[in-house]
Amino acid sequence: MFDDLGEIWTHLKLNKLRTALTGLSVSVGIFLLITLLGSGNGLINAFKANRGGMAMDVVKVYPGITDEAYGGWEKGREIQLDNRDIRMASGQFSDRVTEAAGQISLSGGTMSYGDRSFSASLGGYYPANEHINKLKIIYGRYINNKDMEERRKVIVLSEKTAKQFFSIVSDAIGKSLRVDGNVYVVVGIFSDEGRFGGMEGHIPFTTLQLIYKTGQKVDQLTLQTRNISDAASDSIFQRDFKKAEAGLHSFSPTDEGAIWMFNTAVGEEETDKAMGYLNTALWVIGLLTLLSGVVGISNIMLITVKERTHEFGIRKALGARSWSILRSVLLESVIITAISGYIGLVCGILMTEYLNATAGQETMTIADQTMYTFLNPTVNMTVAIEALFVLIVAGLVAGFFPAWKAVRVKPIEALNAH
Amino acid sequence: MEQTTMIHLDGIHKTYQGAQPLHVLKGISLDIKKGEFVSIMGASGSGKSTLLNILGILDNYDEGEYLLNGVLIKNLSETKAADYRNRMIGFIFQSFNLIPFKNAMENVALPLYYQGVSRRKRNALALEYLERLGLKEWAHHLPSELSGGQKQRVAIARAIIAHPQIILADEPTGALDSKTSEEVMQLLRDLNEKKGMTIVVVTHESGVAYRTHKVIHIKDGIIGKIEENKTMEGQPYLK
Repeated sequence: MFDDLGEIWTHLKLNKLRTALTGLSVSVGIFLLITLLGSGNGLINAFKANRGGMAMDVVKVYPGITDEAYGGWEKGREIQLDNRDIRMASGQFSDRVTEAAGQISLSGGTMSYGDRSFSASLGGYYPANEHINKLKIIYGRYINNKDMEERRKVIVLSEKTAKQFFSIVSDAIGKSLRVDGNVYVVVGIFSDEGRFGGMEGHIPFTTLQLIYKTGQKVDQLTLQTRNISDAASDSIFQRDFKKAEAGLHSFSPTDEGAIWMFNTAVGEEETDKAMGYLNTALWVIGLLTLLSGVVGISNIMLITVKERTHEFGIRKALGARSWSILRSVLLESVIITAISGYIGLVCGILMTEYLNATAGQETMTIADQTMYTFLNPTVNMTVAIEALFVLIVAGLVAGFFPAWKAVRVKPIEALNAH
Repeated sequence: MEQTTMIHLDGIHKTYQGAQPLHVLKGISLDIKKGEFVSIMGASGSGKSTLLNILGILDNYDEGEYLLNGVLIKNLSETKAADYRNRMIGFIFQSFNLIPFKNAMENVALPLYYQGVSRRKRNALALEYLERLGLKEWAHHLPSELSGGQKQRVAIARAIIAHPQIILADEPTGALDSKTSEEVMQLLRDLNEKKGMTIVVVTHESGVAYRTHKVIHIKDGIIGKIEENKTMEGQPYLK
């Protein structure tokens, strides 16, 4: 083995330029593979980070517009959700819905404290919203059941909102805030992390319905669910739930547009699938680039073998077995591929680190929300090992046909070749 | 010395297939005994090189039987053929056939490499053989730095290092001047007389042929007369 390596080394040194140029194509191939995969990871990581916080066992239900005429109604009717939907969801679907919450959002309200006054959005929420939207309470508490039952005039502010009124955020707790002429007591502050939008305050759902006289109306339904995290059970649940809704709001059970449902768990599955496709596409592009490098090596090895035919003839005359010649050509090919591939691998990793240090640190701010465009665009150890494995296989593939050709020549023909 | 048969050929035929098949050997039957120093002499195209290639297991034959030291050489696998070449046959070529990027010592050691002998051991042995042939100080030179005679002596060292049964020499003096030709032939004669090596030389040159004990004439693929050359009265080289 040591002898073989010595032989190959001697031979590679004879053709320095050729070896280097051939290796370069493989280096570039691996470099691109790593850079592409790293960049892909950057996009995927950024997407995941931006998607941020939403509980995984939540189904959202939005009202839509009917697609079909039904029960004397024209098509194109707007569906309005109301408190009956909430009761229906928690009553009729108690096997799959652990908690049903409604929400109503009002924008353009005026929030004031002392002599300061700002425009802010106001939402009526259920206590479950804390978990559903993964709100991080930093001071005080969120809306609770007592607030709901007694229709208390309490408010939970976002940290950003509290900052507008109080230089020390925690000072807000217990203070009375005026919103559209009504006074609310601040009971908690939640973090803005991972949230879009401007200033906002949350009040109990029941309080909002009472004060703003919205009657029974509900903007959006949020269901805390169990046992429907895969696509199959989700579609069954959606079918069942839509049927129940159809009865409640008199639309056709087959109407696709009347209400919209979104299962975060299944959504996650879809997203992961899309990410998987992206990753596969990058591998394919990278491997094709690498393939062109491998073809280059194979080509050069063919020329090398042709040049060395006479030498192989001498070796055969002296008693070299076919395997010995096959092995030496294969080893040479693997060594060129492995060394140049390793150089490409290191360059690729340096490149991803560079990307990480530059583009990876950049963020976009959309409506006060920090968005990543490119997060941690690097490859992990597994990918590096996979790439190395690919390289060795590539080297073997590149060397095989030339080696086979070298072995097939009859000794006397090889000896007579010049 | 007991005279056992080293090479036994019986009705060897060889045809080169092609657009126009060429029947080169038309029934060669021949015995060469152990310890003999013979030459096969013929004009170009007579089939002498083909015969040598068959003797050296570098080429196969179509018909007949070839026994080398009692072993039937027919339809061998690649591996078997390689092993027989390695252990039973030493080659000396007209154009030396040294590997250009290996120094003299490495070239000499090559047959041992294929026997799996360790580098240290085979290089030591190669140096010993080079010293015997007066090339010790050239051991680390590349073939391109050696003269023709030196190259052929390196090739001879390589041919004998694995203790083969026979040495096959194909026009061993073809690329040498008359003085070095004489030296090379003397070396072969010494190997034969002192070591008892069986040597077959193929040549078209009578000057070479008459420095062997027996001259086998070959013409148009068949063996003509076989001359005993007891006196070893050298003729001048035709240079």
